[in-house]
Amino acid sequence: MKIIVVLKMVPDVVEELEVAADGKALDTEYLRLIANELDTQALEEALLLKEKYGGTVAVVALDAPEVDDALFTALAKGADQAFKVADGDAALSTRAGAYRLAQALSSVPGLLPADLILTGAQAIDDLDGLTAPLLSHLLRLPQLGIVTQVSVDTASGIATVLREFAGGVRGEYEIKLPAMLGIQAAEKPPRYVPVAKVLAARKSKAIQSVPAPTMADGGWPVLQIEQMAKPEVTEHAQMLQGTPEEIANQLCEILAARGLV
Amino acid sequence: MATATQSITTQSAPLLCEISLENLTEFPEGRRVLTCIQCGTCAGTCPYGELMQYPPRRIIAMLRSGEVEKVFTSDSLLECVACYACTAKCPRGIDLTGVLLPLIKEQVLLHLSAMPAELQKALENKLRYGNPMGESPRKRAAWVKTAGVPVRILSEDPRPPDVLWYVECYASYYPRGQDNARATARLFHALGIDFAILGNEEKCAGECGRLSWERGLYTTLMEYNMLVFAKYQFKKIVTSCPHAYDAFRYRYPIMGFNYELSSVPPFLTRYLPQLKSLLKRKLNYTITYHDSCCLGRHNSLYEEPRALLQAIPGVKLVEMVHNRVNTICCGGGGGGMWLDTYYKTKGIERLSERRVKEAVATGADVLAVACPYEVSRFEDALKVLGHEKKMMVRDITELLAEAIEV
Amino acid sequence: MAGNVWVIVEQWRGQISEITYEVLALGKELATALACDLQAVLLGHEVKRLAGSLGKADCVLCVDHPALATPVAETFARALVPLCRARTPEAILMPLTNVSLGIASLLAEELGISCVNFCRDVRVVDGRLQTRSVLYGGKMEAMVKPAQTPAILGILPGVRPPDDGRSEAAAPVEDVAVEVEMSSTIRWKCYIEPEIGDVDISKQELLVSVGRGLQSADNVAVATEVAEALGGAVCGSRPVIDQGWLPLSRQVGKSGVVVKPKLYLAAGISGAPEHVEGMKNSGLIIAINTDEQAPIFHVAHYGVVADVMELLPALTEAVHSRKEVKSHA
Repeated sequence: MKIIVVLKMVPDVVEELEVAADGKALDTEYLRLIANELDTQALEEALLLKEKYGGTVAVVALDAPEVDDALFTALAKGADQAFKVADGDAALSTRAGAYRLAQALSSVPGLLPADLILTGAQAIDDLDGLTAPLLSHLLRLPQLGIVTQVSVDTASGIATVLREFAGGVRGEYEIKLPAMLGIQAAEKPPRYVPVAKVLAARKSKAIQSVPAPTMADGGWPVLQIEQMAKPEVTEHAQMLQGTPEEIANQLCEILAARGLV
Repeated sequence: MATATQSITTQSAPLLCEISLENLTEFPEGRRVLTCIQCGTCAGTCPYGELMQYPPRRIIAMLRSGEVEKVFTSDSLLECVACYACTAKCPRGIDLTGVLLPLIKEQVLLHLSAMPAELQKALENKLRYGNPMGESPRKRAAWVKTAGVPVRILSEDPRPPDVLWYVECYASYYPRGQDNARATARLFHALGIDFAILGNEEKCAGECGRLSWERGLYTTLMEYNMLVFAKYQFKKIVTSCPHAYDAFRYRYPIMGFNYELSSVPPFLTRYLPQLKSLLKRKLNYTITYHDSCCLGRHNSLYEEPRALLQAIPGVKLVEMVHNRVNTICCGGGGGGMWLDTYYKTKGIERLSERRVKEAVATGADVLAVACPYEVSRFEDALKVLGHEKKMMVRDITELLAEAIEV
Repeated sequence: MAGNVWVIVEQWRGQISEITYEVLALGKELATALACDLQAVLLGHEVKRLAGSLGKADCVLCVDHPALATPVAETFARALVPLCRARTPEAILMPLTNVSLGIASLLAEELGISCVNFCRDVRVVDGRLQTRSVLYGGKMEAMVKPAQTPAILGILPGVRPPDDGRSEAAAPVEDVAVEVEMSSTIRWKCYIEPEIGDVDISKQELLVSVGRGLQSADNVAVATEVAEALGGAVCGSRPVIDQGWLPLSRQVGKSGVVVKPKLYLAAGISGAPEHVEGMKNSGLIIAINTDEQAPIFHVAHYGVVADVMELLPALTEAVHSRKEVKSHA
C-alpha cells in the first residue's frame, strides 16, 4: 500500500506568542515551529497501516523553519521517504499551502497515485480552510475528516473508516481508494523515537527537495488580516485568595448560597 | 561488605559514554561486570527486588549465556529507579547502576512495544524545551522576580562570577521547587557569595535521560550545555540538583568538562561558621533527614547535610531506620518520576510511600531532603497516606533560610 | 448590490443543533447591517418539518434530496454549489462543529471564493464583513476581512446566545430543487453509539471535571472524593480520557458530551476552546488551576490559582463539615 502523509509546521504555543511590530502577524524572533499535532497523529496512523498491510510511507511538507527536524523524525519513526517543497512560505494560508502541495505531489515522479493520503483533520492556523478537504478537491480524491480508525481491504481497494461526530457518537463509512483522510487520532498514541535514531536518520537518509511549484497569480482568494492581537480579556472569573482551608470555606459559602450544598 | 561510608564512585568516568554491550570487555568497568559471582545481593538490596523479573544478577547471567535479548523485550527494567542500592552492596564493586543497567535500559527503550505515555512526554519535552515539564525555556528564570534578593543572569550581565549556580528544572519551574530556589538565593546572598545563573539558557543536565535510557537525548543536552558553559567564565559550578551533579561529575568529563564542581549542601558547609552566625531564629523542629541516592549513596555526601541541619538552633535530628548508605530511594530516579501511572496500573507500591512511613515512624516534625524530586514525591505520599498534618517536607535550604532572620 | 446573508442550518439525526440558533442570531445582525435578507439554508432529506423553528430568518431555503440523508460532506458541498452560483449570497455562515467540518473548505474551493475559519465574532465594518478569528488554540485573534464576497465564514460555537436566534415567527419556506448525486466513492454505513457507562454526565447537576493539571491517574481519586462529598460525578477533558484516566462516557467537550450542570468544578483544566464548548453554559463554573493565565478563568465565575491536590482535599473536608453541621442542626 502506498501512503503519503502531509505535514505542516505550525507555531509552537508552549512558547509565548507575540505580535510583530506591524500588528498583523506573529513576531518571529522567539517563534518556534512544531509539526501540527494532528499531522503527527496522521503519521502514526500511516505507520500503523504500513505495519499492518505492508507498503511505503512518504512524508511531504512545505519548507519552513524546523521542518527538517520533523521530517528526519518521521524517517526515524519508519517513514520511507521525505519530501520538502521549496519556497514554502504559505503564512496563514492553508489554501496557498494546499495549492503548492497539490502541484508538488503531482510533480514528483512515482509519488502519485497513492492509495491513501493522510493529514491531520485540522491545524491551529487553518485560517482560510482545512488541508484535507482542500487537497482532496485539488487532487480529485474522495475525503473524510475527523477520522479515528482506518482498516483497509486491499483486495477490493476499500477502506472502512470511523469518524467522530458529537456526544461520543462515531460514524462508519466505506471509502474507495485512492482517498484522502483527515486524521483526528491514530489508533495508538504517536510512538517515541529515540534521539539517537533521529540523529542516525540525519546522517544516513536524505530529505528530497521538490522545486517550488509555479503558482498562477490569484490562484486562491486572499484574506486581509487587519490586525492580530492577543485576545482581549473581556470577562474574568472572580479570583479567591487565601489558604486552601480558607478558600475551601469560601467555596462552600458560594455553593450554599445557591443551594448546592 | 560495604560500610556506611564506603564510596562507590567510579574512577574511569570519561569512558562511560563510549561503552556498549558489544564492547564491554574493552573497558575495565565492563570486564568488572563479568566478574559477578551471582551472589544475588543486588536483588536482595533492590527496593523492588521481589518484583523485578530481571535483577542485575540475572541480567549478567544472561549476558554470559548469550540470552540477554530476552531482557530487552521485558518491561522489568521499568521498575529500576537507578538508586545505586545494588551498586553500593555489590561485593565485586561492579558499577551496576552507572555502567550495566543504562546499557540494558537503552535496548529496552528500543524494543518496548508501548512506552508509558508520561515518560515519553517527559523525554520529548526534555529534548525540545530543555525540561521534562514541557514549559517554555523562556520562563525558566521567571522565579527570579520573586526571589526577594538580586539574582544575576549571565546573558544579561556576563561579568565572571565566583559561582555559576546551576538551578535545574524542578527548582526553576515547579512551585515547590521554586521555594527551594528562592531560599537558596537568599542563603547565597546572606553569605555574600558572588553568584550568577544561566537563566533561560539553562537546560536539563540530562542525567535523568541517561539513567532513563536515552543516550541520544543525553548527548544532545551535554553538547548544548558545554557550549553554553564555554561562553562564560566562572570559578566553579554549584548545583541544586544531585542528578545534575552526577551528570557533571561522571558523564560530562567526556565532553571536556573540568570545572570545579559542588552541590549545594557540601558547598554551604564550607561557610558553616559564617552560616551559624546568621542562623538566629530558633526552629523547634525534630527533623529526620532523607539521604538522597545521588548525593548520599553514590557520592557519600552523608554528613554535610546533617551538619547544616544541626547548625540550626532548636533542631533535633533523628534518624530513620534506613539511613546513609541504606537509604530507600524516593522512587524518582531512572525515569521513575514519570512512571507513577504505570506503577499504579501494575499495583506496585510507590517507594515514596514506603519511605514516608519510615519517616513518620520517627515522630519527627520535618522530613528534610536535598533532592528536588523528593519534595513533591514525599508530599504526595504524605497526602496519600493521610499524614500531611503530621509531617512537613522541606529542602535543607528552605530550613536554613527560615532560620536566618531577614 | 449585495446578496443575502445565509446561515447553513446544521441538522443532525433529525434535530437542529443549538449552534444553528447562535449563528442565526449573528446572521440577523449582519443582514440588518448590510440591509439585506437573512436566509436559512436547510439541507437534508425529509427535513422540511424542521423549518418551523427557523423563524429568525426572512426565509428558509429547503434543499431536500435523498442524497442528503447521509452525512457526507462532499454531497452537502455539491448540493450548495449551484444554489450559491444562482443566488450569489454575500456571506455564507457555516457552523463549525464536527458534524459540518469540511463542507466550508470544499464549497470555497468549488466556488473559488474566500473562506474564513474560527470566527468568534463577525461585524460589518465600513460596509464590509470583518471577522474576529481565533488562532493558535486561542492564543491569538485576527481581525480578518475577505477581499471579495461572497465569502464563507466558519462560525465557532458560542458566538451569540442561542435564544437570540430562536423565534416564534414562521418564516416562509422555499423548496429548492437540486440535482445532486450520492457519492460513488464514499458509502455511509451507520452510527456507532458510545457505551454509556454507569453515569450519564449530561444528566448530572454537579460535576467535578479533571484535566491534565492533575498530573496523573492517581490524583483523580481526589476529585472523586469531592464529587462524592457533593453528591455529583466526575468527568474530564479530552486529554484525561485519551490517557485512560476516565472512560469515554465522561469526556466533556467538542468530541464528547455537552453538559449544563448547576455546578461545574474545573480542576486542572486549562480551558481550551474544544473543552469550553462542552461546558460553557453551566450554571456556576469554578476553576482551579496553577496557571493564572489559563483561559478557563475567562469562562469561570470564580477562580482559584492553586494546586488542585491541595485545594480539593480541603474542599472535601469543608463540604463534609458543612453537611455534618446541617445534619445535626
